[in-house]
Amino acid sequence: MIDLHGYGSQLLLGAQVTVELAMSSLLVGLILGLLGASAKLSRFRLLQWLANGYTTLIRGIPELLTVLIIYFGATTVLMGIAGWFGYEEYIEIGPFAAGVTALGLTFGAYATEVFRGALQSIPKGQHEAAIALGMGSMRKFYRIILPQVWRIALPGIGNLFLVLLKDTALVSVVGLDDIMRKANIAVNNTKEPFLFYLAAAFMYLALTVVSMVVVSYFEKRANRGLHRG
Amino acid sequence: MDFSVVIEYFPRLLSGTWITLQLVVLSVVLGGIVALPIALARVSKNRWINSLPFAYIFFFRGTPLLVQIFLVYYGASQFEVVRESMFWPILREPYWCAVIAFTLNTSAYTAEIFRGAIQAIPRGEVEACMVVGMTKAQMYRRILLPRAFGIVLPAYGNEIILMLKGSALASTITLLDLTGMARTIIARTYTPIEIFLAAGAIYLAISIVVIYLFKLIEQRQNRYLGTLSIKVPDKG
Repeated sequence: MIDLHGYGSQLLLGAQVTVELAMSSLLVGLILGLLGASAKLSRFRLLQWLANGYTTLIRGIPELLTVLIIYFGATTVLMGIAGWFGYEEYIEIGPFAAGVTALGLTFGAYATEVFRGALQSIPKGQHEAAIALGMGSMRKFYRIILPQVWRIALPGIGNLFLVLLKDTALVSVVGLDDIMRKANIAVNNTKEPFLFYLAAAFMYLALTVVSMVVVSYFEKRANRGLHRG
Repeated sequence: MDFSVVIEYFPRLLSGTWITLQLVVLSVVLGGIVALPIALARVSKNRWINSLPFAYIFFFRGTPLLVQIFLVYYGASQFEVVRESMFWPILREPYWCAVIAFTLNTSAYTAEIFRGAIQAIPRGEVEACMVVGMTKAQMYRRILLPRAFGIVLPAYGNEIILMLKGSALASTITLLDLTGMARTIIARTYTPIEIFLAAGAIYLAISIVVIYLFKLIEQRQNRYLGTLSIKVPDKG
């Protein structure tokens, strides 16, 4: 590895934090996305209304602002809730937790649309066949619907992950020790901003390339049952 | 929560909004101009011509906008040559650094959108142009680019909204755009939730206006398609 005035290993440590943040946010975002899509397609007006509000709000607000709102606002909100239960100590939420929450919420809002499209594209006959075989609605979802949704949604989710990977840089603004902040620290000490920000840029590029390879592997795997005509 | 601070500081939030709007309009317009030649070079079949735009697009789409802003604002000043050049009065200003970074970033995304649109035009139309004896320049000017413009609109509207949201990053290089202004106000009043939510509401309002405007332009540009969509009633 290139030494970079001794900061190379620091940047790699930062990359580890970036990857951890991206993977945690992905997990939260996928769950929120599935819940959001189910809510949008549900029969209940209230759930539809909630899901629409969630996606419109999150998609219309800058990601940086979401990170700032969660980081600075969560303390107030959490302490307010804890206050109802008689807990009066100071609660602080760290940059990592705030980052996972903010990026997870953002990813979830966009993933809601992707999953909704995928859910809607599954033919009605598949549902009917599963019911005819006597599957309950949970079993039908896990065995029949979800594997197909996965296949259809994968390209969209892959794109969203690339966006998420780049958005992790924003969490450095509230002090998370990711690639970006390690680069800032190095710049403050060495006064060579171009070198370190370029190094950071290439680390993000490398992460992007790796993600693209992994996504295309998953896509091949998910499509293995399909014959090309 | 006390929303009276929002009313008190609303004029300052609006002045931040004005900076945000300037940044977005400038970088989207400049980015569109830069994107066109890049997209045209990208669709070229000559490997020597299309590999450079490929690298450009790959770099700016594969790295975070935050890195790009820092590279322009902090990075450029590392070199003596830059500091002594005639461009220094521009590169010294955070405002122009933000415009440069946003322009480069959005031009890469826009170039990909343009490329997709040019390649989405049916082969038959290109052949028809050749049959009537148009030169390549005429074909692009009269047929391909106007057609691409109509195809491009929905994706371009999305790109403008992404740019609007990306413009919040200008606050990281000391600019007092909407987000920067909100952060300054909060440093004084310490009411993060109220002020950030107010800023979020303003961003949301701008997005909604952009979406609505693009719907109007789209209807106008693609109005010739209206007669084609014949509704077939469902047979029960």
